[in-house]
Amino acid sequence: MTKHPTGIRAKNVKKQRPVNLQLNTISFPPAAITSILHRITGVALFFALLFVIGAWACSVSSPEGFEAVQQQMNGWLGKVIAIGTISALSYHILGGVRHLIMDMGVWEELESGNNSAKAIIGIWIVLTVVVGVLLW
Amino acid sequence: MVTSQASLKRDGVQDFVTIRATAIIMTAFSLFMLWYFISTPTVTYEGWHALFSHLGMKVFTFATLLSIMLHVRIGLWQVLTDYVKAAGLRAAVQFVLNLIAFVYVAVGLFVLWGI
Repeated sequence: MTKHPTGIRAKNVKKQRPVNLQLNTISFPPAAITSILHRITGVALFFALLFVIGAWACSVSSPEGFEAVQQQMNGWLGKVIAIGTISALSYHILGGVRHLIMDMGVWEELESGNNSAKAIIGIWIVLTVVVGVLLW
Repeated sequence: MVTSQASLKRDGVQDFVTIRATAIIMTAFSLFMLWYFISTPTVTYEGWHALFSHLGMKVFTFATLLSIMLHVRIGLWQVLTDYVKAAGLRAAVQFVLNLIAFVYVAVGLFVLWGI
């Protein structure tokens, strides 16, 4: 006899359980989205540092290096990397601040947690648009 | 006891404190750089070079780089333990990523040294 994950024998579980395989109807709660975004932006930032530290090292080494970096930053690839990095950093900081606030015992309820999650996603999108417009 | 001392990986409380303490330093550095770019009308090589030749800025930058290394040591471990289940592969990936993090610190140190 197969065992249900909860430990209940499969025989005793109602056979007709709702099956939901329509992916567009399955949605994660906001708090789950902020969690995965925090991970994605964190990993992305780690690799973005290759460019950030590389560009910084080059820009402080000599006037020629500074000019080369400036030229790169004016190209589309440089702009995409810069905007992407700043966007990821701003999200990661917002998520981190939310974590610090939750460490102090607030926004830990279902409703307040989801509201703060929605708020930081909203602020992040606005910040990304502002940075995108300013740097492009 | 011996294992926990030899593994360099301490307890959860230490990780908890480390990730937050380093986050505060990196956030402070990010906000400082934001303020620098906003308050400086045109960033020139002379101004940029002068900024990082200041001893305080060298210490701040180096502290930030060290924070990055400590922070990603914990953060990437958290992510890898969830998604890479094979212990050997995870150890290899973690080794390479931590090595890259060390390179960031080393590059930063020697560049700051030369300014």
